[in-house]
Amino acid sequence: MRVTMTVNDEHHEVDDVWEGESLLYVLRERMGLPGSKNACEQGECGSCTVYVDGVTGCACLIAAGQAQGHHIVTVEGLATEDGLHPVQEAFIEAGAVQCGFCTPGLLVQTDDLLRRDPEPSDAEIREALAGNLCRCTGYEKILDAVRLAASRMKPEPGTLS
Amino acid sequence: MEFLAPTTLADALAAKAEHPDAMPILGGTDVMVELNFDRHRPPVLLDLTRVPELAEWSRDDRRVRLGAGVSYTRVIDELGHVLPGLAMASRTVGSPQIRNRGTVGGNLGAASPAGDSHPPLLAGGAEVELASLAGTRTVPIDEFYAGVKKHVGRPDELITAVYVDVPTGPQQFSKIGTRNAMVISVSAFSLALHPDRRRVGTGIGSAAPTPRRAADAETFIAGALDDDGLWESKGALPDALAREFGERVQTAASPIDDVRGTAAYRLHSLAVMARRTLAWAWSDYQGGTNA
Ligand SMILES: Cc1cc2nc3c(=O)[nH]c(=O)nc-3n(C[C@H](O)[C@H](O)[C@H](O)COP(=O)(O)OP(=O)(O)OC[C@H]3O[C@@H](n4cnc5c(N)ncnc54)[C@H](O)[C@@H]3O)c2cc1C
Ligand code: FES
Ligand code: FES
Repeated sequence: MRVTMTVNDEHHEVDDVWEGESLLYVLRERMGLPGSKNACEQGECGSCTVYVDGVTGCACLIAAGQAQGHHIVTVEGLATEDGLHPVQEAFIEAGAVQCGFCTPGLLVQTDDLLRRDPEPSDAEIREALAGNLCRCTGYEKILDAVRLAASRMKPEPGTLS
Repeated sequence: MEFLAPTTLADALAAKAEHPDAMPILGGTDVMVELNFDRHRPPVLLDLTRVPELAEWSRDDRRVRLGAGVSYTRVIDELGHVLPGLAMASRTVGSPQIRNRGTVGGNLGAASPAGDSHPPLLAGGAEVELASLAGTRTVPIDEFYAGVKKHVGRPDELITAVYVDVPTGPQQFSKIGTRNAMVISVSAFSLALHPDRRRVGTGIGSAAPTPRRAADAETFIAGALDDDGLWESKGALPDALAREFGERVQTAASPIDDVRGTAAYRLHSLAVMARRTLAWAWSDYQGGTNA
């Protein structure tokens, strides 16, 4: 079947999609967007986390046809022409990236957290990232990175966010 | 495989009538795992996320009509204060990403004995709405489950909503798992006090072939509270009562040993959770919150 959707503000149209195919497969194998990682295909690891109409979900658990006509944002959509997203910079600076397999999902989920709650407590960070597994870092540096990103992204007093 | 994505309820029901073996998909958090691992190849995938009626909830004084496609995140954010038992259970489901897409309707469709929405629905009182071209019917929640991962819905029917009673007293939910997130429960228990009817509702998860109530324990504790005049006096809950309640909840279960836990541990944990949730709810009741 043919599936069309907007990914990172670009219109995409792909053909010959199998009806039971996941959004993750479509992104990676048909659209050439390998940022979202495929590690478990069962919702356990969060490395495939993307936004669908502003709400995060595991792309491996979304049928391609369910994404038809929707707005998807992947990790590739976080950076702008001006450079990396503050969450990306914070992950690099804090040393929160080792093998990097979990990173794309963590970046999207952290971005979502900080949009909803610019000053999360440690408990709130842990809760927001509970569905993102990392086998390398031991999570401490990831927490550091989220705190760093939060401190940089905090809206200046008096400005509209 | 065919992929159907009706945009009206009428079209969805017509599709299900024409393809009784179609597999409905809402959040996909159960369905896609089966597809990804080739455990299932349904001839038709019936996407229900575009049917507006399923994505809505509404309420009157007596109950909430929760559309089958309302996500756990929305239950927590939008109905957390209205349906505390269901919201407590929803907060324990999977991870934020799973809660953003997963739905109570999908949990009912899967009808797993470990599904976390079942115990609070059983304890609090609920009816499942099933619809087909032949008409709409509602089934009391404790008559909905029909065996391991089976429910009474016919192949031509869809789950369209669940009617959840607005509580008249405190509600509690408790779940045993190996960590705080991403766990299928080892065992779970939910309790609701219904002071208006002087009744106590219960729901057991992961400790029998289906989610179920502990009817004998409910009758026992409601009667004992009545005999001691405790509904009116809001006096202290005698330990002996709470303990016997826990033991009677235990006898309602018929768990198995599996990778998540042994039958013996499930029975033990159920008695503890029953006792504790009763004590927590009773202390809420005494404090006047929710009552
Ligand atoms: C990583 C992970 C963690 C999880 N953790 C938990 C947990 O902690 N607790 C828990 O209870 N569950 C958990 N689950 C299971 C799952 O998320 C829940 O069962 C969820 O409620 C399913 O909802 P859904 O909308 O995603 O259903 P779907 O996957 O879309 O559907 C589930 C089932 O219901 C059927 N169905 C869907 N809609 C209808 C309808 N309208 N009428 C009839 N049948 C229908 C489908 O055909 C399928 O059989 C987890 C799953 C994953 C992947
Ligand atoms: S690949 Fe999707 S959650 Fe692991
Ligand atoms: S950096 Fe390797 S899995 Fe997280």
